[in-house]
Amino acid sequence: MYEKDGKQYFIVDSHIHLWDASPENWVKGAEAYAKGWIECFHAYQSLGPPETHWSIEKFMKYSIEDFEKDVFQDAGVDHGIFQSTYLKEWYATGFNTAAQNSQLVEKYPDKLIVNGRWDPRDGDAGLRELEADAEKYKLQGVKLYTAEWNDGSRGYTLADDTCKPFFAKCKELGIKNIHVHKGPTIWPLDKDAFDPKDVDIAATENPELNFIIEHVGLPRIEDFCFMATQEPNVYAGLSVVLGGLMYARPRFFAKVMGELLFWVGEDKMLFGSDYGIWEPKWQIDMFLDWDYPDESYSDYPRVNEDTRRKILGLNAAKLYGIKVPEGFDVAGAAAEDDAQLVEEPASA
Amino acid sequence: MSHTASTHQEASSRMTGISASAQAEAESRRGGDLRERVLDALGHVYDPELDEPITQLRFVASCVVSPDGDVDIMLRLPTPQCAPNFAFLMGADSRRVVRQVEGVRNVVIRFEDHYTGDEINSALNEGAGFMGAFPGETEDDDLEALREIFTRKALIGRQGTICEGLIKQGVEPVGLVEMTVAELPDTPEAKRVLELREMLGIPADSSAPAFVSPNGEAVAPAQLERWLRGARLVRVSLEANGSICRGLLQGRHNLAAEPESA
Repeated sequence: MYEKDGKQYFIVDSHIHLWDASPENWVKGAEAYAKGWIECFHAYQSLGPPETHWSIEKFMKYSIEDFEKDVFQDAGVDHGIFQSTYLKEWYATGFNTAAQNSQLVEKYPDKLIVNGRWDPRDGDAGLRELEADAEKYKLQGVKLYTAEWNDGSRGYTLADDTCKPFFAKCKELGIKNIHVHKGPTIWPLDKDAFDPKDVDIAATENPELNFIIEHVGLPRIEDFCFMATQEPNVYAGLSVVLGGLMYARPRFFAKVMGELLFWVGEDKMLFGSDYGIWEPKWQIDMFLDWDYPDESYSDYPRVNEDTRRKILGLNAAKLYGIKVPEGFDVAGAAAEDDAQLVEEPASA
Repeated sequence: MSHTASTHQEASSRMTGISASAQAEAESRRGGDLRERVLDALGHVYDPELDEPITQLRFVASCVVSPDGDVDIMLRLPTPQCAPNFAFLMGADSRRVVRQVEGVRNVVIRFEDHYTGDEINSALNEGAGFMGAFPGETEDDDLEALREIFTRKALIGRQGTICEGLIKQGVEPVGLVEMTVAELPDTPEAKRVLELREMLGIPADSSAPAFVSPNGEAVAPAQLERWLRGARLVRVSLEANGSICRGLLQGRHNLAAEPESA
């Protein structure tokens, strides 16, 4: 629980990591990429309050004690969801694999959840790996990187036929939350890898699954929003939105939130700190105080305490079957029924 | 004010990041300090994703001009891993526009500390195209298609800004759909809108509709409210992205903070 001004808040941080990007873990010959990647992440941290910045050395590999203090002790996170990221081309044992993340899950089985991954280009071997991971890590969700390169392929889309057996396998294994990275992409891409159109197709074809769009499709929030309005099972993952904008660009942050509240709705937005890029405490604290800066935002939906409670924990709790303590739930969290079929705006 | 209309297909097949009128404006400046004219020309190079000039985004790290007219430009991006495709477009546009400046002899464009900097720098300066930078990994046509997507987004976003300004000044929303290009306000925003239309091959002669959908059709009165909401969302998305880029650049290079303009 996070406590502020005598009130308690139930917090689910839906996007956390425990990574190892230390030089010892850099793949020989790929050092420049391994170093560049973590430096890029570190630069993002500079968008948070200065007193929360870490040295690059700590940022490359932070300890389990750091994690416990930052996530549980200081931020009062009740449940955290690890989004695994492999990047084995650059990091010998992986950047932040399900195996790494699960070390801590063993220690805190009631507080932490680990998500796995799959890649349709791995075919049958990938399906078997998913089965094994699902059993080992009790998977309820996966995180997918459609822009990831794989053996000469420059990414895939969720609308590809090769994804179909994976979605079927997810349903069979009880994996119902599909987190999709639709955000900043770094490869020498020619493809429009952040175009979220493929999620639209997959979400329609798989109404039993929830699709959480991480980073709300930045730099294409509009494409994401137009889709989310039409698909009842599409959600907004707010990592980077809070961390990257709330402190550094509060007026833009207010506009982005206003748009998301209008198009996606407060029942379908999930807080994610993206720890260790940003510590969760300042994000939770600032968001509890957050409101539109002035009347020029009057056209956007209003926010109240229920809005904040849903976004900070209750929506994710519903998607992951996390029990919310008595007295902390509010009606409407993670509701699917508010999505309406609307005509796509002319600007789509 | 007259703009050449062309079909959409023609436009996309030879689309660059600089409209012909902006190019002509850059070339028309003669005399005076060569370095200043080079910097002026760079002011016509836009980040395709953000639709802001690279000079305003503080992406030009240095610009050295020799007495013989050799120009050496160093560009910097917010992170070492910013998308190489957009980096390449900005580099290629910079080279194109600077080479047209009178008195310029050789142009070298380089990216500072970028993880694909070597590939991009050599392809740029050999005129090898994006495919030349990453053989087997990309297609030049796809890159232009990507640019076009963002050019259309920029057009929508900027039109939204103009409309909001007009509504604030008391123009009835329904009056917006009747406006023509000739009635657009005399602002940098409107000027940019016309450049974008020109790049996209959307007619922008004085009697053409002032506000259009991404494919160039006039906005119908019944669509207006929805169109305005959509345009605002596109703008917020572009601005949010730009905000993150500015913040990252500022942090990386210890630059002075810019005031938030939203």
